[in-house]
Amino acid sequence: MNAVTLGVLATAPAAPRHCLHCGETLRVAGDFCCAGCASARAIIDAAGLGTFYRRLEQSRAHRPLPLEADFTSFARDAGPGLFALDLLVDGLDCAACVWLIESLLARNPSILAARVNLSTRRLALKWRGTPAQANDHAGLVAALGFRIAPWQPMAASAQQDREARELLRCLAIAGFAAANVMLLSVAIWSGHDGSMGDATRTLFHWLSAVIAVPAVAFAGRPFFRSAFRALKAGHTNMDVPISIGVTLACVVSLHETWIGAEHAFFDSAITLLFFLLIGRYLDRRARGRARHAMDALLALSAGSAHILGDDGVAIARRIDQLAAGDTLLVAAGERLAADGTVIEGASSLDASLISGESLPQSVAPGAKVVAGMVNLRAPLRVRVTAAGDRTVLAGIVRLVEAAEHGRSKFVAIADRVARAYAPVVHLTALTAFVGWMLMGGLAWDRALLVATAVLIITCPCALALAVPVVQVVASTRLMRRGVLLLSPTALERLAEIDHVAFDKTGTLTLGRPELVSAVDREALLLAAGIAANSRHPLAIALQRAAPGTPAVAGVLEHAGQGLQSGATRLGSAQFCGIINPTDDGHSELWLTRPNRAAVRFAFADFLRPDVDVALDALRRDGLTVELLSGDRTAVVAGVAVKAGILSWRAEVTPAAKVGRLTELAREGKRVLMVGDGLNDAPALAAAHASISPATAAEATQNAADAVFQGDALLPVVEILRVARRANRLVRQNLLLALLYNLAAVPLAIAGLVTPLIAAVAMSSSSLLVIGNALRLTGRGRREAA
Amino acid sequence: MDSLLILIPAALTLGLLGLAAFLWALRAGQFDDPEGSAGRILFDDDD
Repeated sequence: MNAVTLGVLATAPAAPRHCLHCGETLRVAGDFCCAGCASARAIIDAAGLGTFYRRLEQSRAHRPLPLEADFTSFARDAGPGLFALDLLVDGLDCAACVWLIESLLARNPSILAARVNLSTRRLALKWRGTPAQANDHAGLVAALGFRIAPWQPMAASAQQDREARELLRCLAIAGFAAANVMLLSVAIWSGHDGSMGDATRTLFHWLSAVIAVPAVAFAGRPFFRSAFRALKAGHTNMDVPISIGVTLACVVSLHETWIGAEHAFFDSAITLLFFLLIGRYLDRRARGRARHAMDALLALSAGSAHILGDDGVAIARRIDQLAAGDTLLVAAGERLAADGTVIEGASSLDASLISGESLPQSVAPGAKVVAGMVNLRAPLRVRVTAAGDRTVLAGIVRLVEAAEHGRSKFVAIADRVARAYAPVVHLTALTAFVGWMLMGGLAWDRALLVATAVLIITCPCALALAVPVVQVVASTRLMRRGVLLLSPTALERLAEIDHVAFDKTGTLTLGRPELVSAVDREALLLAAGIAANSRHPLAIALQRAAPGTPAVAGVLEHAGQGLQSGATRLGSAQFCGIINPTDDGHSELWLTRPNRAAVRFAFADFLRPDVDVALDALRRDGLTVELLSGDRTAVVAGVAVKAGILSWRAEVTPAAKVGRLTELAREGKRVLMVGDGLNDAPALAAAHASISPATAAEATQNAADAVFQGDALLPVVEILRVARRANRLVRQNLLLALLYNLAAVPLAIAGLVTPLIAAVAMSSSSLLVIGNALRLTGRGRREAA
Repeated sequence: MDSLLILIPAALTLGLLGLAAFLWALRAGQFDDPEGSAGRILFDDDD
């Protein structure tokens, strides 16, 4: 449809014209918005795949960005002369993109296989040739407008995929067995009035046993394993009563079948497993998806570094393969990949991610720099002194791991309940058994049947569903709003929060330069047009200030100094010939035009647009707020006043942040830490619960319980509200399940529970709990509408 | 009741066939990319 519209538009110049690749409205002459789009269209047309544009549904192609990573070292050996490469592809919106990538790569005869997975966004490539061709193939995909990254960092989630698949297999077998055993059981139940002979009933029981026992043995393994692990570690969890109940039900039923008795509990055992597996599978899948989404965000933001080769030519190098002694080339706007000493060039570096310090610091040859800093102005050459595990950054990561250790002591509510519940259940069953034998005068196997009925009726089916179902519903709802829940106990801890500590840079603020000075519109448009030719952070900030401004053609970039278009210059004060520029601590760009006064653009880190609303909402919810920043006192005080935060601390070191949090914890407060910098990571791990924005450093995101995307701060409020509501639902569900058990246990002890009653009780309590959990989605939808 | 001797094995066999088909599909990776497969079927190779 797109192509048809475009054809019409080409003959009607009065209508707005659109880029023939990405579809953006054009304000410059020609058919494309940029050279990248033009070459993407050329590649696609040359391969005869022009129908791609017709196949795009609703979505548009993306504007290509230059490929900066080196993929050679990611190519794997896949047989003699064969190589394989797995890539993460971003920007896949629909099946048309899959078709385009696969068809285009298939035109290359040396490529043996190219397969895109739309769900996981993985492109699996296999070719004959050399590993160096990895960059050609990856470059081709990138030239079409897709962002790509090596798949390797995602491999960690492969283990989780296997576990999820294992659960699905158990679920399938339990489902099959449950359905068939239930079929036989319904026949047995309806034959209890005497219409079914004893021989037939025993035959049906045997058939049930043949189906149920192997199925329980196979599908019960996730529970047996977890119960065994817990018992070995000297405590119990929800899986212990489940395992004991299911196993005992099978053993007792086998005995009942052997003696040709009236009741067997095979149906209860297998149905129980089936319900529990559903809850567990959904829970695992929701968490796996959040983890996958975060890994993808991180993989795409990680780049590769450029080092100076022996012949003086820059070569791309994987960050994990940098070594001490390498000469690192750091372009303006690039993040340092290793610790080192500056050997050439002068620039200013943004260390906000490391220390929270918002003012860029100037560096000259001899200065020590640290991985994670962003080069703001001019290219630098840095002699690497430490890389990989020995960097300051890696040290902070270790600090985080140590701090996280403390939090792993938190026990999930389901397990807390189970610890109190399991002994009571087992004691009740034992009492019923002993009581019926000694006082009721029953034979041991009759008494055991009663005890089994007690175990089945109290088996925490609803209890074990109560928590995961709510969690799945809550995390799905949050995910739709760009929030990823990472820790399984995050919701419970977030619900208890009564005090919120915010970091400043990148958390309350956006963590990137924004234009703050008032300038006239004409100068801004001109400057933005020139800046559109550069990827420098300040140039990008200018483009954001005047969105949609077309790029001015014929612009020369003087690396590290500025941009030039004819006699017009945009760049540093020195580059523009400004003498004695005012220095107020802001990053700046100057615009000089012939015969016009020079214009200064000042940039500063901005507050997130909805800080007021979000903080008000937090206070209304009864939370206290404080600001903890590593930045200088003056800056922090300014932000605190603007955001209306009364309690703030400045120049706080990472260790002092942790100290402050422990102090608050001693006062009995449950603190939520919201932060993005590496200096926050230990505090995030030490806090009762933690949230970080998706722009945060990798170590920081890993330490956080939840990650939110976008410029708004309101997701923090939303997370807390959903967590509190989810927690209420969990408690209601647990209460419902317990009440159910309280009502049914006397019946079971009295020996009145038949398999039919057990099945009805179990299904109805599970449905009740699931229905209650689903209320969380219902209310969300109404709020959104 | 004699009919049960045929009906039950028949029902179980059919159920087992379904289970086997599902497990095979799971192993063959047919559930790896539900979104992609849904779109892929609409593409012809020759245009």
